[in-house]
Amino acid sequence: MNRRVVIGVGNPLRGDDGAGRRAAALLRAASPPDVEIIGRDGEATALLEAMDGAELAIFIDACASGAAPGAVRRFDVARAPLPQNEFGASSHGLGLATAIELARALGGLPRVCVVYAIEGESFTQGAPLSRAAEAGAIEAARLALAELRAS
Amino acid sequence: MGNRTIKVGALARVEGEGGLEIVVRDGEVKSAALNIFEPPRFFEALLRGRGFAEAPDITARICGICPVAYQMSAVHAMEAALGVEVTGPLADLRRLLYCGEWIESHMLHVHMLHAPDFLGYAGGVEMARDHGDIVRRGLAIKKLGNAIMTLIGGREIHPINVRVGGFYRTPRKRELATLVDGLERARDAAREVVRFVGGLDFPDCERDYIFVSLRHPGEYPFTRGRIVSSRGLDIDASQFQAHFEEFHVQRSTALHARMRHEGAPYLVGPLARYALNFESLSPLAREAAREAGLGPVCANPYKSIIVRSVETLYALDEALRLIARYEEPEHCAVAIEPRAGEGAAATEAPRGMLHHRYRLDADGSIAEAVITPPTSQNQGMIEDDLKSLVGRFLDLPEEELRHRCEQTVRNYDPCISCSTHFLRLDLDRG
Repeated sequence: MNRRVVIGVGNPLRGDDGAGRRAAALLRAASPPDVEIIGRDGEATALLEAMDGAELAIFIDACASGAAPGAVRRFDVARAPLPQNEFGASSHGLGLATAIELARALGGLPRVCVVYAIEGESFTQGAPLSRAAEAGAIEAARLALAELRAS
Repeated sequence: MGNRTIKVGALARVEGEGGLEIVVRDGEVKSAALNIFEPPRFFEALLRGRGFAEAPDITARICGICPVAYQMSAVHAMEAALGVEVTGPLADLRRLLYCGEWIESHMLHVHMLHAPDFLGYAGGVEMARDHGDIVRRGLAIKKLGNAIMTLIGGREIHPINVRVGGFYRTPRKRELATLVDGLERARDAAREVVRFVGGLDFPDCERDYIFVSLRHPGEYPFTRGRIVSSRGLDIDASQFQAHFEEFHVQRSTALHARMRHEGAPYLVGPLARYALNFESLSPLAREAAREAGLGPVCANPYKSIIVRSVETLYALDEALRLIARYEEPEHCAVAIEPRAGEGAAATEAPRGMLHHRYRLDADGSIAEAVITPPTSQNQGMIEDDLKSLVGRFLDLPEEELRHRCEQTVRNYDPCISCSTHFLRLDLDRG
């Protein structure tokens, strides 16, 4: 059976960095039963393992691109790499963009591989999600769910 | 060519934020400065007033790559302060957990951060496009480290199962047995990794280091032992501050360290452990080292990639030995009564010796905490390496020279975030 996985990426203890994890949690209740919903903190090799053997992988992550807080953007990473400077926020410099390119280099990128990016407002330690990021998480979950149902 | 400044604004493929500035005058390296601008994190102040039992979980947060090292130094220092000793299967489980961290950390550094330097790639992803099998093999070995961490630590990063006195839960024998097949395959693969890195091209340079590491009879050091040096030092961890001093330099938010009596920097990490403990490696690891061209001492910092690979092979071998002899303990932790006291301990993080010292009040709350991470201890030696080694590369084109400087820093697998308590390269040729 084809493996389908949604991976929420981020650190919920760093304010809006947890927006992707929040969206994944929202999907847990609503998504088709065959879809695995998992959370990861963003370390590249853990993300590589998370998409291992999947036919479809949807990553939901927070980003800081300068767009309006809460804005959700969709990247078809099976077609083109992520913009590295917006997704490189890992202390080893090995984050989601690296994981996707490593999977591509090793021939393990899922046939369908999508990233939903939720624009964060504040990444303060210990802070809750901002209202904008919460709204962004709900929107990203809605878009991901529609994509899962259509695929 | 005679005068110039080499600058690396922000070092790539190191953990945390730092830069480098090298000044060349009349064709000679005059100074090499490692600038660590990662903001200080104040963990020692954060620990004050917290209960002794909170230290392993708080200090684990210092590092996402080597949380076990922080936990292990913390629990051993607390146990020294509280007059408790953890032995038998509980001590073995701690050693096994440490094997997991070395496997994870070393394989990540060897394959994603360091090997690209030797093969001429900008990074691990670029290397993976041409050497997919090598990267796949490295990541498959790393996975076993993760599996050990998850089983014993409760999760892959920032383990939650370590406590002062032991663990919150100890694994069943049958749970550990599930790791054996994977570990045996990873051990065979690690032997291949040692052969691969042994065949890389290395600059020909030997340095006269003062090596410092732990040493304990009959075991390659992870969690215990006396602090020894290649110059004859042999002390208990409680004597660390009497023989080593930390001091501030303006260019770094991480304290530098030197040996008090020699007034000189020293080296901690794989090269030091290997030189001071070669005989304690397993026969398999010693044989693989010899086959890769290493003697019992390796003083070429670029060959640290071989030593890390040998240490990974050892950690896999040791993990299998520990699992084979494991007997489920009756209790998962030793009972502890809080009391006033002072305790110190050092353990061997993947990148070098990590020392903790705590002073506790009568209710077991932390009155004082002093943490001396490996990368902060190595800063002086990194700068010395740059001063003595970069001179021979000055004829290289600017880009290659800058790369060689960064590689010289990456020899140390520096963990800058941990050390702040660190890279840009600025080379000034006048």
